[in-house]
Amino acid sequence: MSVQQITVNVDGYLALNKYEVDEANAHIELVEDPSDEEFDKLVMVCPAALYKREPDGTTSFDYAGCLECGTCRIACGDTIIARWENPQPTMGVEYRFG
Amino acid sequence: MADFEAIVVGAGCAGSVAAYELARSGKSVLLIERGNYAGAKNMTGGRIYSHSLAKVFPDFEQEAPLERKITHEKISLLAPDACFTVDFSSEAMLAPNSDSYSVLRAPFDQWLASKAEEAGAEAIYGIAVESLVKDETGKVIGVKAGEDEITADVVLLCDGVNSLLTKQAVGAARPPASGIAVGIKQTIELPPSVITDRVLSGSDEEGAAWLFAGDATKGTFGGGFAYTNKSSISIGLVAGIEATMNHGRAPVYQMLEDFKQHPAIAPLIAGGKVVEHSGHMVPEGGLSIMPPLVGDGVLLAGESAMMCINLGYQVRGMDFAIAAGMHAGREAARALSAGDTSAQGLQGYTAALENCFVMQDLRQFSKVPSFMEGFHRMFDGYPQAIRDIMNTMFVVDGEPVRPLKKNLKPVLGQIGVVNMARDAMGAMKAL
Repeated sequence: MSVQQITVNVDGYLALNKYEVDEANAHIELVEDPSDEEFDKLVMVCPAALYKREPDGTTSFDYAGCLECGTCRIACGDTIIARWENPQPTMGVEYRFG
Repeated sequence: MADFEAIVVGAGCAGSVAAYELARSGKSVLLIERGNYAGAKNMTGGRIYSHSLAKVFPDFEQEAPLERKITHEKISLLAPDACFTVDFSSEAMLAPNSDSYSVLRAPFDQWLASKAEEAGAEAIYGIAVESLVKDETGKVIGVKAGEDEITADVVLLCDGVNSLLTKQAVGAARPPASGIAVGIKQTIELPPSVITDRVLSGSDEEGAAWLFAGDATKGTFGGGFAYTNKSSISIGLVAGIEATMNHGRAPVYQMLEDFKQHPAIAPLIAGGKVVEHSGHMVPEGGLSIMPPLVGDGVLLAGESAMMCINLGYQVRGMDFAIAAGMHAGREAARALSAGDTSAQGLQGYTAALENCFVMQDLRQFSKVPSFMEGFHRMFDGYPQAIRDIMNTMFVVDGEPVRPLKKNLKPVLGQIGVVNMARDAMGAMKAL
């Protein structure tokens, strides 16, 4: 997949959601130095685009916009997802429509 | 003595109905929801088939926050540059117990939870169950939530497809990526009358359910959907996790963006305002990934037990969850009265599910998930073939026409008659 195909700004959509972000606790943690191949799987399936690969190849991950679906846990729970928990109570996404 | 006779984890379709049934049977029940309100963490496509809801709440049509009654079933084969749609309406699908409704889970789940509370269930929100408490024999005797241990004679796990507790409860393995799909959805606001006019539903109380195969997922395993709500359209797609992470032609969010811009879809949502972007998993593997439904002191209902069917033209989960929640609540109450909430004592629950559509339909369609996942031509092949065939019928350009047979031959040749026969046989066997 080439990064040039990405035309959508998912962060802009996430900004429409209601969140209580727990700045102090990351509820998802990746292993140190995750493999590129596994990371790119998460780029494909995370509906919130939390897993990003920039045109220069660098990767980034931010749990703040998480939709708590668990897809990354199912996709890479045995490989590069080191820890997956729900956000602390009252934290995280709060669907107003759902 | 335990703090409660029953604890229900999760105030979704299964959990609130189970708590309602327990409370109605006079049992003391605590309903624990990690969201700040019921539905805060839930999402559906979505549409609920009413039959099981009607069994628990005969007056649901007057009471429940339903969006629109589904009067049009639309199914499309979507090629990048064409769309073939079947639009079906019939009186039979409007009859009581056969009708279905679009819903939004935040309002719907709050109503369901309020029914449980009115019946006498105690509910707490914004509290997460971190783990289960077991006695020395391994029987579940309560939950750990925050600093507190709360005990109960039976615990009902209704905490959804991404349950982190079923492993401890019944030793459930994390479901495989091949059995689960990711759903992504946007809720797009539009005036009610505009929605009514766009799907020709006739009134602002009626609407359409619309499913798409093909270009919605850029040709890999999955499909698009659109459901009309009162004053919004839920639009999204469901994509097999394993197929998408290994062969996807774009990330799911880009699939959705391009789907929204497809010439067949764009007019449906034109001028609308995105008000929410959501994600949720869909346990399409159904029976093949179902964990044990009971353990000592514990039972599972709804998507924590992977109760879901996706046939491509029919997607069901909430009607299963409500039926399972009803039986779970009733059978747990019976086990409590009998003084035996061991796995043996809770067997009435599995028997009840076997005796109704829940297990029978899951069994009937147990071959569908693996058939669908291997049905590549449904997503990449048939949508283009049907486009080519339709083009021979509808494109008139002044060139002398060729006989139908000559037009069809290259189209069918591309797929292969043998392949078509094989797909038809496979579908017959699975369905």
